[in-house]
Amino acid sequence: MRRITALLLMMMLMPPVCANEAVPAAQDPALEQRVMRLTAELRCLVCQNQSLADSHADLAIDLKNQVRSQMRAGKSDAEIREYMVARYGDFVLYRPPLKPTTALLWTGPFVLLVAGGLALAFYLRRRRERLTQIELTPEQRARAEILLRAQQQDRSR
Amino acid sequence: MRRFFLPLGIFLVLSVFLAAGLKLDPREVPSPLIDKPAPSFQLAQLQDSRKTLAPADLKGKVWIFNVWASWCVACLQEHPLLVELSRQNLVPIYGLNYKDGRDNALAWLHRHGNPYTLSAMDADGQVGIDYGVYGVPETYVIDKDGVIRFKQIGPVTPKVLEQKILPLVRKLQG
Repeated sequence: MRRITALLLMMMLMPPVCANEAVPAAQDPALEQRVMRLTAELRCLVCQNQSLADSHADLAIDLKNQVRSQMRAGKSDAEIREYMVARYGDFVLYRPPLKPTTALLWTGPFVLLVAGGLALAFYLRRRRERLTQIELTPEQRARAEILLRAQQQDRSR
Repeated sequence: MRRFFLPLGIFLVLSVFLAAGLKLDPREVPSPLIDKPAPSFQLAQLQDSRKTLAPADLKGKVWIFNVWASWCVACLQEHPLLVELSRQNLVPIYGLNYKDGRDNALAWLHRHGNPYTLSAMDADGQVGIDYGVYGVPETYVIDKDGVIRFKQIGPVTPKVLEQKILPLVRKLQG
């Protein structure tokens, strides 16, 4: 009985212990939201395919704290982004800026789309030309008519 | 015939691109810090916390800046190479002890050898962030004007040391 009481007591004590860890979010929800929004667009360099917001790597946590304290100091999102790029390069941005080195990255999909569209249009036009250019001899025409008529009779039966 | 060659051609071009892509290391992020002045700092020295180390103290000489930690497994891989390099007295190696404890760091150096002229303690990792550190160990070559000329992410290998770092150091030392 005493053991169960102790367990119950421990369980009752648990929630406030857990709640303590979430204090930063509770203190200033607006700031925390801004931190999350910005860090969701920054790449975690340790785990690369995770954003800073998602990552629990040591460095990601340090950088999130960095972002938080810079926001508290009144830095704008653009300034913080610049701070990250100065240290880790454009690679930290999930949306890289349009520059000569990234031009292909930005325009590539559209270039491919246009090229594909042109190829398709070209192919369709040639196909139509080929289909309309077929000439039948009188015998072939007569045979085609017989076949078509037979088919129609088949269907109406 | 064209029906056969066109898909084959596309396949070959794709294969070449994909093969080239396989050889690229996504962990190697080109550092924006190359050819930029080394970020300044003033940190306590590992061996003597009353003294500090700052890049400004090292103006006028070429030096290697190596980020290490006792918790860093990959650091062990390059460590014998650094110890050997320090014995040759070609170029001073300064260490940045990154997010580590003093006792652990000193014990680690005692056990594995100390190639560093001096190590600075970056306990909270702030200087590491300024240097764009994301994969300890990292190694920088800094020239006489305090400009970063080379950065190696991950362990220094004998190949990188022989083919990149040492030739660059010799050139910078003039």
